[in-house]
Amino acid sequence: MKTRLALRFAALGYLALLLGIPVALVFINAFQDGVAAAWEAVTTPEAQHAFYLTMVMVAVAVPLNTIFGVLCALAIVRQRFRGRALLNAMVDLPFAVSPVVVGLALLLVYGHRDGWIGEWLAENGIRVIFSTPGMILATMFVSLPFVVREVIPVLREIGTEQEQAAATLGAGAFQTFFRVTLPAIRWGVAYGVVLTTARALGEFGAVSVVSGKLSGRTETATLFVENRFQRFDETGAYAASVVLALLALVTLLAMNLIKPKEEVRA
Amino acid sequence: MAYLSIVALIPLAALVVRSMDGGLDTFWNAVTNDQAVAALRLTLIASVIVVVVNAVTGTLIAWVLVRDEFPGKGIVNSLIDLPFALPTIVAGLTLLAFYGPDSPVGVNLAFTKVSVAVALLFVTLPFVVRAVQPVLLELDTEMEEAAESLGAGKATVFRRIVLPNLAPAILAGGGLAFARAVGEFGSLVLITGMLPFDTEAASVFIFGRVESDDPIGASAVSVVLLVAALVVLLFFGWLSKRALRHED
Repeated sequence: MKTRLALRFAALGYLALLLGIPVALVFINAFQDGVAAAWEAVTTPEAQHAFYLTMVMVAVAVPLNTIFGVLCALAIVRQRFRGRALLNAMVDLPFAVSPVVVGLALLLVYGHRDGWIGEWLAENGIRVIFSTPGMILATMFVSLPFVVREVIPVLREIGTEQEQAAATLGAGAFQTFFRVTLPAIRWGVAYGVVLTTARALGEFGAVSVVSGKLSGRTETATLFVENRFQRFDETGAYAASVVLALLALVTLLAMNLIKPKEEVRA
Repeated sequence: MAYLSIVALIPLAALVVRSMDGGLDTFWNAVTNDQAVAALRLTLIASVIVVVVNAVTGTLIAWVLVRDEFPGKGIVNSLIDLPFALPTIVAGLTLLAFYGPDSPVGVNLAFTKVSVAVALLFVTLPFVVRAVQPVLLELDTEMEEAAESLGAGKATVFRRIVLPNLAPAILAGGGLAFARAVGEFGSLVLITGMLPFDTEAASVFIFGRVESDDPIGASAVSVVLLVAALVVLLFFGWLSKRALRHED
């Protein structure tokens, strides 16, 4: 019994020192000059634009990665083709790559000066780097694997019997997918979407490299936090952090609501 | 596949090609200059320390969450994932608030090497816990009870029964934590001060190279980082599989 209490104390103490107290402190620091000051700091035009831009990242990257994720998972689980194992391994690649390296890699392809196709893009009036498309690409890169990873085990679990039954009864491929497969994997997809969203909201390193950090133009919410802090506007940095931390807590809540549903069904 | 190529594969290929642009000599010089070596060494040493600490604390936390009962356990359990959900720049600011110059407890770790390790511990916290937890849940207590009834002490039971069963999960989680730690950037920006030769981690060094318009130097160190992460991931995966086979 004594060991049990000691272990509990050690584990909770570690968590409090590393996680609990520091996060609580961010909330306290944000409101040290009052709620009004914090509210003002996150409603300046720059702050609003930063949050708007983050929402744009999420709005583009999440649906695209979701569609890709489901298709990719279907290909990996249901089809037999050359390079399937390779595809399976490649999908996890973004987990092993530093965000800064992601940004640099995109720069080397799409950058106007040293990029492979940057010059051609520039001639055609398309700006990828230091503008929104590049930042969206960076966000897509880092959040690529989540939906695939969540859907693959569910697809394996449900098997192909129902799909075959539907096909036997005359359903086409599309009908089978939308009426049979998709409803069966929906919680896995939902869980993947939540993880993708969280990653897209919080991406910093990759976006930082490709954005050029032009305040009010290519500055996302996370870049805004850094910018405010470097300019000694602590209230601004902490207040924007609180907004992002609240979004993270909403994500956690969503994860906790979805996870049991996924497990019950599986 | 085309989508994967546009978003991920072609850029990574460009990275590898560009790192070799100036020939092998340039590549070698870029990764062996003093500043690059200092940054790579800091990143690798800090990542190893972080993996070892995580193996112990992660297993401990998982054990407490599975085997112990106390009020508020559900909340603690869901908060474990917070470092995944929290943007890394916010993680850095969070740590700076508690372990920085304005620390309410007077512990100022900002701009020290320790701050690098603390930031990495924060962002890698969930990996080992989430890998060990499901295995511990599945693990029957019968074996442990049998060992205890045969006179084994608590330490012996843990070392001889529990640990071997958890080893594959600890290794798998450790590998993921290492890969994450090696590439971490956002949480280091604010708290480490990014001082060259001192608290500058490899990813921060790469960022600096990009900003000072040295894509070849940046690519070369990136390739080293990428290879290190992949090798460790594969190695830990292999170890974890081997440990599993041993169990059968």
